[in-house]
Amino acid sequence: MWDYTDTVMDHFYNPRNQGAIADTQETGIAVVYGEVGSIACGDALRLHLQIEIQSDKILDARFQTFGCTSAIASSSALTEIIKNKTLDQALNITNRDIAEFLGGLPEAKMHCSVMGQEALEAAIYKYRGIEVEHHEEDEGALICSCFGISDARIRRVIIENSLTTVEQVTSYVKAGGGCGSCLADIEDLIASVVQETAATSRRVEAELAAAPTLPLTTVQKVNLIQKVLLEDVRPMLIADGGDIELFDVEGNIVKVILKGACGNCPGSTATLKDGIEVRLRQRVLPELIVEAVNL
Amino acid sequence: MTPIYLDNNATTKVDPEVVQAMLPYLTEFYGNPSSMHSFGGQVGKAVKQAREQVAALLGAEDSEIVFTSCGTEGNNTAIRAALAAQPEKRHIITTEVEHPAVLNVCKQLEKQGYRVAYLSVDNRGQLDLVELEASLTGDTALVTTMYANNETGTVFPIEQIGLRVKDAGAIFHVDAVQAVGKIPLNMKTSTIDLLTLSGHKLHAPKGIGALYIRRGFRFRPFLLGGHQERGRRAGTENVPGIIGLGKAAELELQHLPEAVKREKQFRDRLEKTLLEQIPDTQVNGDRKSRLPNTTNIGFKYIEGEAILLMLNQHGICASSGSACTSGSLEPSHVLRAMGLPYTILHGSIRFSLSRYTTAAEIDKVLEVMPGIVERLRALSPFNSDQAGWLQGREEAVAANR
Repeated sequence: MWDYTDTVMDHFYNPRNQGAIADTQETGIAVVYGEVGSIACGDALRLHLQIEIQSDKILDARFQTFGCTSAIASSSALTEIIKNKTLDQALNITNRDIAEFLGGLPEAKMHCSVMGQEALEAAIYKYRGIEVEHHEEDEGALICSCFGISDARIRRVIIENSLTTVEQVTSYVKAGGGCGSCLADIEDLIASVVQETAATSRRVEAELAAAPTLPLTTVQKVNLIQKVLLEDVRPMLIADGGDIELFDVEGNIVKVILKGACGNCPGSTATLKDGIEVRLRQRVLPELIVEAVNL
Repeated sequence: MTPIYLDNNATTKVDPEVVQAMLPYLTEFYGNPSSMHSFGGQVGKAVKQAREQVAALLGAEDSEIVFTSCGTEGNNTAIRAALAAQPEKRHIITTEVEHPAVLNVCKQLEKQGYRVAYLSVDNRGQLDLVELEASLTGDTALVTTMYANNETGTVFPIEQIGLRVKDAGAIFHVDAVQAVGKIPLNMKTSTIDLLTLSGHKLHAPKGIGALYIRRGFRFRPFLLGGHQERGRRAGTENVPGIIGLGKAAELELQHLPEAVKREKQFRDRLEKTLLEQIPDTQVNGDRKSRLPNTTNIGFKYIEGEAILLMLNQHGICASSGSACTSGSLEPSHVLRAMGLPYTILHGSIRFSLSRYTTAAEIDKVLEVMPGIVERLRALSPFNSDQAGWLQGREEAVAANR
């Protein structure tokens, strides 16, 4: 039997916000759902959101889950976490936030929290009119054919959760949990992410050591942001079929336009926050906030 | 809360009479049965008696029984011994639904150059004898199959299989871990050469098993060392375990006809009522040829682990073939081999009874189960009006398999 926390068991036995949300066609209110799941693994989630259009706020969230104890508890927790948040705030929620809300999940069950995060993204991107159904195929090569998981998705989970072993990847995203023929590929992906992260850290350290200690002027700040985007971020995005352009800088808010594959990618929030914002904070100013602008 | 234990195919309660029989061999009679003094000799006599008791349960001779540590050791030993007896042959036949104690040995043997045929099963979990006949060749050293499946209870036509195996000149090993104590056996009239059993499945303790080896079989030991078990299994005997297994075998023989009748009656009532009360439910396994104590029921649209934890809240212990109970990400290989849709196999629950199961316990399951299924289905997105979503994904997964 799995070692579940009391919070997990409470949300399993007393799930909050279960069910669907009926669309009553009320003015200023939108109802949308996002769904993810793998029949092969035995879990699927349909997350329903009721959104106040003007404020972009989630008024209500409900779920329908086919799955185990932790899948049901993760769904319940997610709905509690996202209520009354704006969509942008909700998009910042990671699978780790869901797991932490529950007091932790067994590592082999972390994929249930990932499923929650993905359903949330699916719902929000659907609301925003971004096609997500073919996202996985478009985004990268299929690594795990048993569970239909692409290299981009595996990369993302590795980065977001600082994973270092194949077993962890399997626990978080299921890849490699079937026939096992992709285990070597997953190992290669982990090695590549570790290598990239280490190279970035070394470069940032070197640049910080050489950087002047005086506060940046606005012009210096904008120039430095532009330099990081051009030299560090763009090549990475272009390699994945996307691109980025600096739109404006207002105080410490950096507004960017995501293009190409990044423009309609459900994972773009992770790219913005965990990729671009982290780099800019490291190399320019720790207070910077990166936001995407939809023109 | 006293648990309602309906997971007897996993393990069974040790019979109090078995415990009583074992106790002196954990305390005062601690001699080594191989010792030449009377203190050891006395223990040796008790081991001999236990061997006779196990032999009686199988309709075998006591010289045909070798004590092992468990079913896994019995299976490993039998397979290796069968191959060692015919070193010129390189072909093995088994089935897709075997226990890992057989499947994983076969997979390792494949790496060592053996060819292994894995016979498929139909949607009842039953073998196709035509496929078996087609697989048998002059190079087949061994056919190793289970007697009864641990998950569905499906009983293979062992003697029909055995006749074909003997015609082909191969050795026949049967993993009877789930069958012994539930089905009357008679090795004297059987085609079986080697048969495995495990103590803890028949109210003996864990850590003791036995291997039946037909007299005259050219046996090569798996464990090498001293001369215990007439040189066929080295290692100081687990005397208390052996005494316990002997007593358990004696009790099984005594209780078998009545227990089979009673368990079957309870099982059938449980199964019939659940199917009547709960829609979108089916029995997995061969209902015409099945262990009397086992039912495996698939509840569509919900997941097994969730059902088990809801049952656990009522003190009911059962088992599931879902991925989420196993630590693996793939559901039961047995149910998958039967070609069941994922909606069924993820929501399959096995109830396995014993002679200790009571009518009141079955009533309790019948009382709570409909509510549990209803509660979980209310949570599930796969209601009938949304079955299209599910079906599309089932097809996508099937295409990818």
